[in-house]
Amino acid sequence: MKRIDHAEASSRFIAAKEHVEFHDKRLWDLRQKRDREAAAVPEWEELRSLASQIKEHTLARLPHYLAQFERNATASGMKVHWARDAAEHNQVVHELLSAHGARILVKSKSMLTEECEMRPFLETRGIEIVETDLGERIQQLDDEPPSHIVVPAVHKLRTDVARVFARTLGTDAGNSDVPYLAESQRRATRPYYLEARAGMTGANFAVAETGSFVVCTNEGNADLSANLPKLHIASIGIEKMIPRIADLGVFIRLLSRSALGSPITQFTSHFRAPRPGSEIHVVLVDNGRSERLGMQDFWYSLKCIRCGACMNTCPVYRRSGGLSYGATYSGPIGVIIDPAFNLRKYSALPFASTMNGSCSNVCPVKINIHEQIYKWRQIINERNQLPIVKKEAMRMAGKVLSSPKLYRAAVRAAHAGLEYLPRSMIYNPLNAWGRSRELPKAASATFRDWYVKHRRAGK
Amino acid sequence: MTREGRVRVGLFIPCYVDAFFPKVGIATLELLERFGVEVDYPLDQTCCGQPMANAGCQDDAAATERLFVKNFDGYDYVVTPSGSCAHHVREHLNAIGQTAKVKKVRRRTHELVEFLHDVLRVREFPWARFPHKVGLHIGCATLRGLGAAKMSEIDGPPFSKPLTLLSRVKGVSVVVPSRPDECCGFGGTFSVFEEPVSARMGYDKVNDHKNAGAEYIVSQDMSCLMHQKGCAERLGLAIKFIHIAQVLNGTAA
Repeated sequence: MKRIDHAEASSRFIAAKEHVEFHDKRLWDLRQKRDREAAAVPEWEELRSLASQIKEHTLARLPHYLAQFERNATASGMKVHWARDAAEHNQVVHELLSAHGARILVKSKSMLTEECEMRPFLETRGIEIVETDLGERIQQLDDEPPSHIVVPAVHKLRTDVARVFARTLGTDAGNSDVPYLAESQRRATRPYYLEARAGMTGANFAVAETGSFVVCTNEGNADLSANLPKLHIASIGIEKMIPRIADLGVFIRLLSRSALGSPITQFTSHFRAPRPGSEIHVVLVDNGRSERLGMQDFWYSLKCIRCGACMNTCPVYRRSGGLSYGATYSGPIGVIIDPAFNLRKYSALPFASTMNGSCSNVCPVKINIHEQIYKWRQIINERNQLPIVKKEAMRMAGKVLSSPKLYRAAVRAAHAGLEYLPRSMIYNPLNAWGRSRELPKAASATFRDWYVKHRRAGK
Repeated sequence: MTREGRVRVGLFIPCYVDAFFPKVGIATLELLERFGVEVDYPLDQTCCGQPMANAGCQDDAAATERLFVKNFDGYDYVVTPSGSCAHHVREHLNAIGQTAKVKKVRRRTHELVEFLHDVLRVREFPWARFPHKVGLHIGCATLRGLGAAKMSEIDGPPFSKPLTLLSRVKGVSVVVPSRPDECCGFGGTFSVFEEPVSARMGYDKVNDHKNAGAEYIVSQDMSCLMHQKGCAERLGLAIKFIHIAQVLNGTAA
């Protein structure tokens, strides 16, 4: 499988000047709003620690809490299904839809179904899928995956959206007025809610003691998707479990503040039991999570509550766009999750980071993201997945820098090169540094030369 | 300590400072000497191993790390004018066995400002004068790794070790960019292997400082400045770059 080339993809993103500027500013704005909200909660850091501890506790006893959830959900009349991987998940969903004669599925946003590539699977089997989250719908109509886990179309300008809607919904391509676009999409989507025999949501949290699950949204589309059709399927990753309903408050206080810098989402919907005459089916999905849980250095990533704060703060993500990562999960959390799915394909992603550590600081469940990035780099080297050029450069550097004699010879050569080579030879296409930057000037003598002359002479 | 009771410091001058910015090394040495520290520069030093280790290549970093420990064993402290190197030594120098000797060298390694601020606890620089508008850049390893200042992500009372020292230099007026602690995009080998994003981040950083009115960008990390300087020169931006050691040592500018 081909290795994703993040650097190459990012250069295309950066070439669109207006887009990269908007993208950077929009997400930085979310980061600043997050800072303001966090600062307004005096016990913010305590909440982060609590959230982290609750998640670590739950993950350490996951089989227990999953079984408890299944017992309680079943007792309330929900049906619980287990899916080992994406294929099993898609199969379960397809069988449910077939059994209910559902040809249309209205769904709210779910990163898990993206991860399972459920949409293409069902579409080839004749099911029409309608994403009802506005951003996700834009991405679906444009045949692109979401570029951000919370704001899926954040890389698009409203003029881009106008073009997509004109092509797919027949709106006026020249009209990029936001209320006009949103209303047009609403009118086009609403009839599906009434027609669909099945609705789907994900879940932000599943509560073991109540056997209920919680969906946090801002558009109300999840509630329509869940409550209008007679069949509600909820796809839930097994890491979404929390022990008690009392624990939920900790996470609700953190989630939207971290994600969008708003105190709470517009809707926090609890699903406890099916309404009379309707069914709720919960699909609990593993898809690599158990394996990750067994990884000494990386299991902490399962604490993630998918708020996207790490993406908003990441200076690399803001300037390269989510699609440049070529994976379901992008940004800092993506680069520590994706290699667990496919090490070779995603082996460049942990290097799409300056390891500045801002991501770890904003993470509401205190995932040590930048330290995991550092660790993944070691795994990638150990499994021989570094590009040959880079590995050779490091082997050479290791040789030169561990020998005082070779090191001094190299410094002399660099000086000579920078001093005497013509500009055209230094700023060639092979010199990535020089593409957009000037090189430092060679000093007339090294520090060591100076030191020997001024501090050692005569000693 | 020496017989006279003076603190004995092993001076670590990172490879890129040795080769490209010897004046930073000289300013660091002179500054430490001004405070009565006995400074020794082991002549066989090269690098701390960070470039290889950050690329994931522990195997290629090991010999360099071993040499570092060999060079700097036996001093009261190891001091370096580079936050990211100090951070590597303290937090990440683990490609080699963690003997008592290795651990001791790691523990005793400090970035220059941290050493002045926390160990020597000095605050006065009567010889220094720098009548300029200055933007401060704190490298990410220095800020979030070594804890040199309050981080924008974590609420709390403001503090900044470099600013505490810098503000005691006559004439300095500090200007603050709109994103004071956003990464500048250097990132070691990131600057080469992720060149498009790296350069874009650098451009944004120097423009932010320029818009805030900075004549100089001052930092504890010359590697960040080397990258920013390269960006500013390519953009044709009139802004200058100087290491904090040079300012504190009274380098005329």
